[in-house]
Amino acid sequence: MVQIDKTTENDITTLSITGEVDASSSIQLDEALGEVVNHGAPGILIDCSGLSYISSAGLGVFMSYIEDIKTKNLRMALFGLNEKVKNVFDILGLDQLLTLVNTKEEALAVVNEA
Amino acid sequence: MSKKGIIRIALILAVFSWLAMSLSDIIILFSRMSELVKPGIGHYFPDIFFILYALSLYVFYQYRIEAAHSSTFVDLLWKIFVTGLLTTVVSLLLKSLDFVMGNTSLLQNPVLIDSMFLIHLGLLPAFLISTFIVWKRLVLYQKTKLQIKAWTLFEYLLLVSLFSPFLPTVARAVVFYALILMGIFLSANMKWVAYLNFKQKWKSILLLILTQLYLAYFYMSLFDMRKTYEFLVVAQDSVFILSLLIFTGIYATFSLLVILFNLPTSSVFEQKLEEVVNFQRLSQSVQTEQSEKQVYEILLETSVRATKADAAWIEARVDEEDTVFRHNIGQDVIHNIKTYITSQKDHNPFDFAKTEKGLRPAKHLRKMKGVPFNSIVVLPITIAEEHLGMLVLLKELKEGFNKELLEITQTFVNQAGISIEGFRLMSEAIANERYKEELNIAKKVQSRLLPNVLDANDDFEITAFSAAADEVGGDYYDSFKINDDKVALIIGDVSGKGTSAAFHMSQMKGVFHGLAQLDLPPAEFLIRANRAISTSLDKTSFVTISYFVLDRTEKRVEFARAGHCPTLYFDHQQGKAAYFTNKGLGLGIVRNNSFANYVQPREFTYQPGDVLILYTDGITEAKNFKGEEFGYDRLAALVNDNARLDAPGLQQKIIAELYEFCGQTDLDDDYTTIIVKFK
Repeated sequence: MVQIDKTTENDITTLSITGEVDASSSIQLDEALGEVVNHGAPGILIDCSGLSYISSAGLGVFMSYIEDIKTKNLRMALFGLNEKVKNVFDILGLDQLLTLVNTKEEALAVVNEA
Repeated sequence: MSKKGIIRIALILAVFSWLAMSLSDIIILFSRMSELVKPGIGHYFPDIFFILYALSLYVFYQYRIEAAHSSTFVDLLWKIFVTGLLTTVVSLLLKSLDFVMGNTSLLQNPVLIDSMFLIHLGLLPAFLISTFIVWKRLVLYQKTKLQIKAWTLFEYLLLVSLFSPFLPTVARAVVFYALILMGIFLSANMKWVAYLNFKQKWKSILLLILTQLYLAYFYMSLFDMRKTYEFLVVAQDSVFILSLLIFTGIYATFSLLVILFNLPTSSVFEQKLEEVVNFQRLSQSVQTEQSEKQVYEILLETSVRATKADAAWIEARVDEEDTVFRHNIGQDVIHNIKTYITSQKDHNPFDFAKTEKGLRPAKHLRKMKGVPFNSIVVLPITIAEEHLGMLVLLKELKEGFNKELLEITQTFVNQAGISIEGFRLMSEAIANERYKEELNIAKKVQSRLLPNVLDANDDFEITAFSAAADEVGGDYYDSFKINDDKVALIIGDVSGKGTSAAFHMSQMKGVFHGLAQLDLPPAEFLIRANRAISTSLDKTSFVTISYFVLDRTEKRVEFARAGHCPTLYFDHQQGKAAYFTNKGLGLGIVRNNSFANYVQPREFTYQPGDVLILYTDGITEAKNFKGEEFGYDRLAALVNDNARLDAPGLQQKIIAELYEFCGQTDLDDDYTTIIVKFK
């Protein structure tokens, strides 16, 4: 069960993920992220402060857009991950490929850097 | 005895008794004429043979004429008609002989007249008894206990009446009136009439009239003869024949009248019957392997017939396609009507989202020009809350659809919905079955992918445990003996579940066995494995593994981690379990050469008593009823406390603790542990 809200402001799109991302709800995440990556603003913020759990299917969604983000010269940052969720990203090694920060301000700084 | 045998014997007996009756009667007549010769036989002989004749006829017809079914009513009447025709024709032939010969002396011969009479006395009971048996079948159609009792009594009384020549006059009168009364009472049972359709009713009327004509004819000819010739004595004043004649006559008359009065309403009954049949067709369409399309076709046909609509159409989605089933109406007319009605201001019957459920008659069609229809009604076709389509019925008459007709049509529509739901459930069940079958195959494949025994040497003991939440899991572990001193060990988790996970797992096994024998350092193993497996993983899939090489000569373990859960290690000397913190990246996440940048190989030397604990995230992420995870700390503490146990002992401890923590025996995820205890 997951809820994904999208807001766009000054060339930055924010996706707020609330709930759990498992095998079935990862489809929603995939749709939302795909939309933003392919047709959205160059800056992408993922607000994970409401994300309580993410399964390997959910991680797979993030992983599948890493290449696209790089080729399209987009900037994406995830923020507000709780310890458990952060750990899941870390173990898989995604922390080395994605930008994971604590606060929205840090994330904005990363995205605005370019 | 078989039915055929009984019929045959009864027939033979009937013929024999008739011959005996005739012969004895003629002998008696002879002796009476001459007055010289005493009859060698008693005068009661013909009467006794007549009784025997009647009884054999009863048995004959009882077995010959089968029980009534709604389809055989007219056939039964037809049987009477044929018997009547035969007997009357024979009788008329004999009479015409009489007529042709005129009043010659030969015909005045009492013996000849008696013979004629005896032939009639043979024919009449045959006709009467066959009619009687048919009436019995009809009276007892849909019988009740009371009716059976009444009928049995009636038959016993008839049996008594057979012996009337030997009864005193009073008794004869009592039996006669009792029979007439009972006959009238029983004649009230004619449920069969209701089941005749219009055509059958007319046939029955004709056959019944003819039957009555025969009865009248026989009555007159027989009693005429008796009146004319006093010497015709057999079965004289027979209560049996008379009451049988009256009963058959009464029942025929009653039936005739009832059928006559039922004629005007028969079409309603027929329609009701047809509705029931149609209803059955709709509900049976699921079982007879028909398609959704055919259900709609049946629905259209039955609705048109039930409501006598002049035109109709059904709109529905069949197999993902908008389909229109039409009856007596063109596509363009449908389009015109829809456009016209939708353009009207008041409620639109085609808009199902806005208006309430149920019937939707549209009043304004009357004003529409160019179409002959004046009434229209729209019925939505739904299952549960899902809207499947609609049925539209049209009539040229104004206000042509009454409530009753629409109610029955509504039940047709409902039944069609149920049938279609049945189809869908059935195809879902079939798909599920196929899916299960597929999973079974995957499970079999997977069970062969995991080794039964892991390679070990004198330096360590090893044990593994794995369980899958689904039929097919994504956990993988394996070992390979590189040489006498080196053993390669792998644990992994394939993202996703089910068949695709099993498929990727088998690929991982191929990669492992292909690369392990090359005796590569763990980092190199991961780089090559990433290259090998990336090509076959879909975009969102990855594989996490940890790869170990246990070297006996140097008492050293080299390992590298690709996104898999950090390895837990119990150091005997320090008496403490801790996780290795080297970084790593899952296989298939970076599908190019830069993957090498993310690999951090590690190595350590082992001492006796040290324990290496490998596991998958099913263990650390297992939740209890509060939603808490089993977690890394709990696992480490557990190992700390129980590290002195041997490998199987420690493993059992972990599994037991895990189940206790979760409070249930089935976990949501796959979980695997491998315990390596060094000695």
